[in-house]
Order: sequence, then C-alpha cells, then structure tokens
Amino acid sequence: LSTADNEHVHDHDQPGEPGHGGATSAALSTRVNALVAGLERRGLTSETEIAATLERFLAGAGPNNGARLVARAWMDAGFKSLLLADANAAITQSGLDLSHWAPVKIRAVENTADVHNIVVCTLCSCYPIGLLGPSPGWYKSEAYRSRVVREPRAVLREFGCVFRPTSRSAFGIARRNCATLSSRADPPAAPAGPKHNLRNSSRATPSSAFPFYNDARGT
Amino acid sequence: VTLAVGDRVMTNARNPPRHTRLPRYLRAKPGTIEAVHAVFPLADEHAAGRTLLEQLYTVAFAAADIWDIDAEPNCVIHAELWESYLVHS
Repeated sequence: LSTADNEHVHDHDQPGEPGHGGATSAALSTRVNALVAGLERRGLTSETEIAATLERFLAGAGPNNGARLVARAWMDAGFKSLLLADANAAITQSGLDLSHWAPVKIRAVENTADVHNIVVCTLCSCYPIGLLGPSPGWYKSEAYRSRVVREPRAVLREFGCVFRPTSRSAFGIARRNCATLSSRADPPAAPAGPKHNLRNSSRATPSSAFPFYNDARGT
Repeated sequence: VTLAVGDRVMTNARNPPRHTRLPRYLRAKPGTIEAVHAVFPLADEHAAGRTLLEQLYTVAFAAADIWDIDAEPNCVIHAELWESYLVHS
C-alpha cells in the first residue's frame, strides 16, 4: 500500500490538517493502515483488493506515456494542434488507454521562447499519474505548493531553471476535472539557448489522480 | 454558460465553514476568463456528499493583483474555478 500512502490524503485545506509536507510518511502509513483496517472490518474492501486495484492502475502508468505524446507533437504538426486543442482526443488517438482513469479533462499548453508554464495543485496534489507515473515527493510538499505561486522563478531557479527576466511565467493550478500538460516548444535537438534551458520538458496535472480514491468517481 | 473568454470577473470573498476549491489567496481578486470548460460536479458540494453540476472555467490572474508589489514580474496564475465562485465585473 505504499503508493496509496504517498498518493492520497487529499484536500488539506481543512483546518488542523497536517498536509503532505507536515506529516511524516510513518504517520501517513499509520493513518492509511487504520483506514484500511476499518474498511476491512466492515467488509467494504480488502487489502488484497486495494493492492490489485493499485497494481492494475499503475501497470500502464509511467512518464513514458507523457513523453510519447510530447515527442509525437514535436514530429507531427497535426498531432501537436490536436494535443493543444483537445488533449483527450490526442491521447486516445495515440493509443493510450486511460479509461481506467476517472473521467478527466486534460489540457495541454506549450512552453515557448516567451512563456514557461509550471503546474501546481495548491490545495492537494492532483497529478496525471496515468501519463507521468506516481508524482514525485516535492510536487506534494507544502513548500512547493505554497511557494511556487508566490515566487515561481525563485523555485524554478532551485530546480536549475533560469529564465530571462522578461519571460512571462504562466501558472496552471491543478484542479479536479481539469488538467494541464505542458511541453517544450521544440525537441531537445533544437539549439539550446537560454530560453530552452528547462529541466522538465513535460509536466502535467490532472484532476483526479487516483481512481481508487477519486471522489468524482461515479458522478 | 454565462461567462465567455475575455470576460472580467471578481472572485467572491466567502470564507465558508466547509470544503471549497477557491483557494484563500484567490478570494476577492480580479481575473479574466481564459477558457470555458465543461460542467463538472462542484467540489464544495461533492465533499458534503451531494452532487451539483456547475460550469468550470480557467481564470487568469495577474500575479501583481494577488501579491501586490511582492509579485514576481510577468507572472500569471491560471486557476480552474467553478461558476459560483465568480461574479461578472
């Protein structure tokens, strides 16, 4: 259940909630174990069923999915237009089956010489696990979620991304039922000027990251 | 759908004693509709076990309107917000 530990304690905007950055993973494990034990006691699910659900979901989930979409957009202008206009259609056309994922609208945006996009879920930790795999710890940390909307360039600098002061930064805030997928404007083979000095060539955020815990399921 | 791309809006200033997806730092702030999405269950109601379908938008906020003189230059915050958070201005 380690993935569930990491992925989901959602909605930390309630008073007194420790949030992703405030609780240790041991504390989260204790809470998740207690929850699972309670669900098992009431016959609602079992550890085996949860493990099988996670395994099924994560089997096809990895950053290679998102990378494939971005790479294809680099090579195929028609596909790029479709990805930017209707990312869900582009994903389906690419043969990625995200039907096990909750109904979610993905939105793709493009980084250009003048605009760099960065995605954050400030209220919880929405992330397109189906396209990028389980989210990294920093994405869920309170430090990232609270700082990046206030001092985006300072945070990006710590990641090694430096921008000209004239560059405009656009921030997408991940929100359930709507997601943003950012991609670099050009393939890495393009001449690498300062404007392309980005470490993260693709970054996406979904609405409902995790079907098992997705509170939008069935609606 | 009552709002269109380019419309100027204000977010409400409510401080509800329950779940909401309007972040505190975006309350009572001016923004511009950047995209009109579909209808999705309003999270505020969903958290209480009810289903209320509502139009979802992407709203763009100038960082300077949120953080005043402490904002980094040339930054825009885009947030996906439900219709009931917004008032046409």
